[in-house]
Amino acid sequence: MERPSRSILRLAISLAITVPALGFVAFEARGAAPAAAVQIKDFAFAPQLLTVKPGTTVTWVNSDEDPHTVTATDKSFHSAALDTRDKFSFTFTKPGQYGYFCSLHPHMTAKVIVRG
Amino acid sequence: MSEQDVRGMDRRGLLMRCAGWAGAGALYTLSGGVFSSMMMDAARAAVPHGGRTKPFTFVQISDTHLGFDKAANPDVRATCLASVAKIKALAQKPDLVVHTGDISHLSKDAQFDDAKAIMDGIGVPVFYIPGEHDMLDEGGGKAFLAHFGKGSLGRGWYSFDHNGVHFVALNNVSDLKPGGMAHLGDDQLGWLKQDLAGLSASTPIVVLGHIPLWTVYADWGWGTDDSAQALALLGRFGSVTVLNGHIHQVIQKVEGNVTFHSARSTAYPQPAPGAAPSPGPLKVPAAQLPTMLGIRTANFTTGQAPIALIDTPLA
Repeated sequence: MERPSRSILRLAISLAITVPALGFVAFEARGAAPAAAVQIKDFAFAPQLLTVKPGTTVTWVNSDEDPHTVTATDKSFHSAALDTRDKFSFTFTKPGQYGYFCSLHPHMTAKVIVRG
Repeated sequence: MSEQDVRGMDRRGLLMRCAGWAGAGALYTLSGGVFSSMMMDAARAAVPHGGRTKPFTFVQISDTHLGFDKAANPDVRATCLASVAKIKALAQKPDLVVHTGDISHLSKDAQFDDAKAIMDGIGVPVFYIPGEHDMLDEGGGKAFLAHFGKGSLGRGWYSFDHNGVHFVALNNVSDLKPGGMAHLGDDQLGWLKQDLAGLSASTPIVVLGHIPLWTVYADWGWGTDDSAQALALLGRFGSVTVLNGHIHQVIQKVEGNVTFHSARSTAYPQPAPGAAPSPGPLKVPAAQLPTMLGIRTANFTTGQAPIALIDTPLA
């Protein structure tokens, strides 16, 4: 009785090790979808010029105490008003230049360049 | 101006104002405290024009930012209420109050409702213009118009007359363009031209706009792209007083017959132009905060005399 139970235990242990590892691999594979971040701080987007590959998801985080927006110059994407610590993400699928600004403080301008 | 001068003016103003009450009463019986362009046209017809002005007092309140809860002032509602209490305690009751924008912090219906309830407590008509914080709903300003835009034109502009003074209420915070500053737009400028066309040059003009109509500091967007076109239309008038908010501090400028005045906020101070990395809320010691918030009283005496403005901090 002890032997089978030990082998079950061994199986359980090996599963416990490999299943999360498989999950981790799968996550890594998904994580390979490119991502980039832009900080909104002191009434500026940083980096102001961001170059990414097609398919990249860009996430903006507002670190200011004033609300800001992320609004495409051609209005192709726009966030709601982002209060402190709010985030907004957008996935750029096509190559091109995407100028954007804060619709509250239009002197805040920046650009995402999508290049294959 | 010393306090004694202010008190003296108030006494004189009060005496003269009693004589002028009938006209003012008629105006607001017609409007019932609720603005509508048709009512205002009727009121304008009943109010004396150029040279037939009557003394009165009005109050400017600005940048109440209801809904703001950050360290620079965790209780903007309390400081808004304190500002209203200051207005109610004025020796001379104002005929009207103007709110020069950023009524709310995030354009939420609850914030607009709260502002209206607090301001209605003053017991005199309140005229609102939007700030950029009042444009943050998905409709880009529709919520502001639903709460405060009754009878206004376009994106919320309008005009009215009181005791011979012509008030112009502008919106320079809608549909702003990347890289630019505040903006009036050709449609609003076209309306302004038409609105001013029939007035005699001796009519005192008060212009309300949220963001300054002169360039205070371009790096922070503290100016209006197309203000020169508005000022060209105002140039022929003998007395033009431009009142704005947005920068949460008192700054003034005189250009010919036009005087520009930015007002304090009731919510939180902002740094002097260029004095900080950004124009974000300025944190000051709690005891200092009320000295940097406040209201503005405007005493109109007569004709071409400049409108006397008194900026009063909360403490």
